[in-house]
Amino acid sequence: MARDMKIRAWDNGKNTSIKAIIFHPMETGLRKDKKTGKKIPGHYITEVNCEHNGKNILTCLWGPGVSKNPFLSFDFNGAKKGDKIKISWLDNQGGKGDSSATIS
Amino acid sequence: MDTMRRIILKATMAGGTLAVAAGANLLTPSSVLAAWPAKAFEATKMDAAMDLLTGKDRPEESADITVVAPDIAENGAVVSVKVTTTLPKVESISVYVPVNSFPLSASYILSNQMETAIAGRIKMAKTADIVAIVKSNGKLYTAKKGVKVTLGGCGG
Repeated sequence: MARDMKIRAWDNGKNTSIKAIIFHPMETGLRKDKKTGKKIPGHYITEVNCEHNGKNILTCLWGPGVSKNPFLSFDFNGAKKGDKIKISWLDNQGGKGDSSATIS
Repeated sequence: MDTMRRIILKATMAGGTLAVAAGANLLTPSSVLAAWPAKAFEATKMDAAMDLLTGKDRPEESADITVVAPDIAENGAVVSVKVTTTLPKVESISVYVPVNSFPLSASYILSNQMETAIAGRIKMAKTADIVAIVKSNGKLYTAKKGVKVTLGGCGG
């Protein structure tokens, strides 16, 4: 799934900034289908791992309270232009995905 | 910031079709989720969620944590939140919305390479405080920010 995530990573002069968006429904499991009245099963990302050159820098534990198409932004130290960033995620239904970017 | 706006617009439009695509691999089992604190995320009371995630210790109010969020959120389904702190040795940052069905929204585990600021978007059921709890040097600290929500974002 090439379209499931967007990552931007850039040198901001002081350290490295990351902005990422993952395309995911983030269903809470509390909403009801308006037509059938049945509950829509929960479907949400539980874990997101951010790596810099293969080393973990940030782990996000998420629940159904995170918005649809989650957005994540943070800064970190110790990287230089050209370094690799990889972000991978898992959801509660066994779905997963990952995407990489190069620091510009 | 125009590029960011583009991304957000595209994200909103892509949401519908991707939901269907994601449904295709519904039944894949996953054993990797063991590390995810399911009980803390399923807790329906703020205190229970805190006990399960960070233990019985209660956090201390701290002026060194800033929770940045809008004063009024028109749509509770998407509330931007940024937590920044100047506390040393930050191990984790957790975000709670006490009135939500599941108060624990997100928890971030930071490595020592991280700057201590994280931004994301969460859902809010109704007008409430967003509570951030920061674990710094083994101790817990907290700060909050009130957000008025005009349209709830959790369905039900």
